[in-house]
Amino acid sequence: MEQKKTVDARGLSCPEPVMMTREALAALKTGTVEVLVDSGTSRDNVRRLAERFGWTAVINSRPTGGYQLVLTK
Amino acid sequence: MSSIGRFFASRWGPILTGIVVGVLAPILVKLGNPGNMGVCVACFSRDIAGALGLHRAAAVQYIRPEIIGFVLGSLVAALIFREFKPRTGSAPLVRFLLGALAVIGALVFLGCPWRAYLRLAGGDWNAIFGIAGLFAGIGLGVVFLRMGFSLGRNRPAPAALGWVMPALMIGLLLLLVFAPLFGRDANGKPVGPIFFSTTGPGSQHAAIAISLAVGLLIGFLAQRSRFCTVGALRDLILVRDAHLFLGIVALLIAAFVTNLALGQFKPGFTGQPVAHTDALWNFGGMALAGLAFILAGGCPGRQFIMSGEGDGDAAIFALGMIVGAGFAHNFNLASSATGPSPYGPAAVIVGLVVCVVIGLTMREARTA
Repeated sequence: MEQKKTVDARGLSCPEPVMMTREALAALKTGTVEVLVDSGTSRDNVRRLAERFGWTAVINSRPTGGYQLVLTK
Repeated sequence: MSSIGRFFASRWGPILTGIVVGVLAPILVKLGNPGNMGVCVACFSRDIAGALGLHRAAAVQYIRPEIIGFVLGSLVAALIFREFKPRTGSAPLVRFLLGALAVIGALVFLGCPWRAYLRLAGGDWNAIFGIAGLFAGIGLGVVFLRMGFSLGRNRPAPAALGWVMPALMIGLLLLLVFAPLFGRDANGKPVGPIFFSTTGPGSQHAAIAISLAVGLLIGFLAQRSRFCTVGALRDLILVRDAHLFLGIVALLIAAFVTNLALGQFKPGFTGQPVAHTDALWNFGGMALAGLAFILAGGCPGRQFIMSGEGDGDAAIFALGMIVGAGFAHNFNLASSATGPSPYGPAAVIVGLVVCVVIGLTMREARTA
């Protein structure tokens, strides 16, 4: 079964969203990690981290504000 | 994402910002700013504190338009690119304290991280000890981050909150231009509340319009690229990410070349402008500043930039810097060209202890 994890980093500023995402990616190795952030800075930083570790990032704007990143590997 | 957005999110965003700062800062010196102080967020906060009478050190009083430009340039960029997001509530009181401690440390060194790099690029080798201290402070902060340090989550706030800091900056701009004389001394002579230095670093400045324009441009670019002189070192240590660090390298090279071209590169330890040669407290002051900045999430420039995006917590940090700068001079903690004040080192030690306590005690469960 594919592994899935959600990281809720809303309201936190960098580097915390990046650190939380890194932990989640390291714990999963493969699967899907959903990351919720609310600033463009965190969005870009999390995407850069994920891509550096070979994950694919899809970014969706959330209707209530902020972003959902879906990271897969 | 638009092509402009992609450009600024790429490695070229911080690099372009670094180049622009590196070229324009030495030009501001040529046009009147103090030596190696084209841009210094700590020194400029100190000058603003002095101009408002929060301290009365006559040599360092001026409302620096660059700072006003940082906030307003960032505001414009945030509005255009829909990143104006008023928010607050992440331990504002602690951030105020960190801002005050950071500026006290920076004024023992005589410069913020931006000026540390600009001093190095101007040949002031004392900056090497300051930058080493900055690394040490940031390294210690990274340890606290790994141990779970967090100032907690912010919350979205009403739009009005985000406009407070830009409005304060407009107010400062009006005070700079009109410099009203509301106060009276014992003889009834008009005095203050706005003070401008007639001698010393506070009296050295480029024309208002030029300083403001440079501040606006840097504020705009730094908002788009997330340029941060502390985050650069933090990300390098913490996640081995050189994205922001390349911006610092670009700044150093651009400032070095511009200083050479303008005849402003003067290598050496002694006789450097607005600097002292005490290696230990150049290191110590910047270690305190670096630790306080990283605990608050960014360098002083970045804090002013984020306040322009509507971040009320960053605004509180920035105001803490201005108030702390007032204390730094009233309590005789700031260094001068002759060296650290007798009380500067003790202030740095007390500041480091307070930051360590904050680093060890402020935490929040980060797990989802």
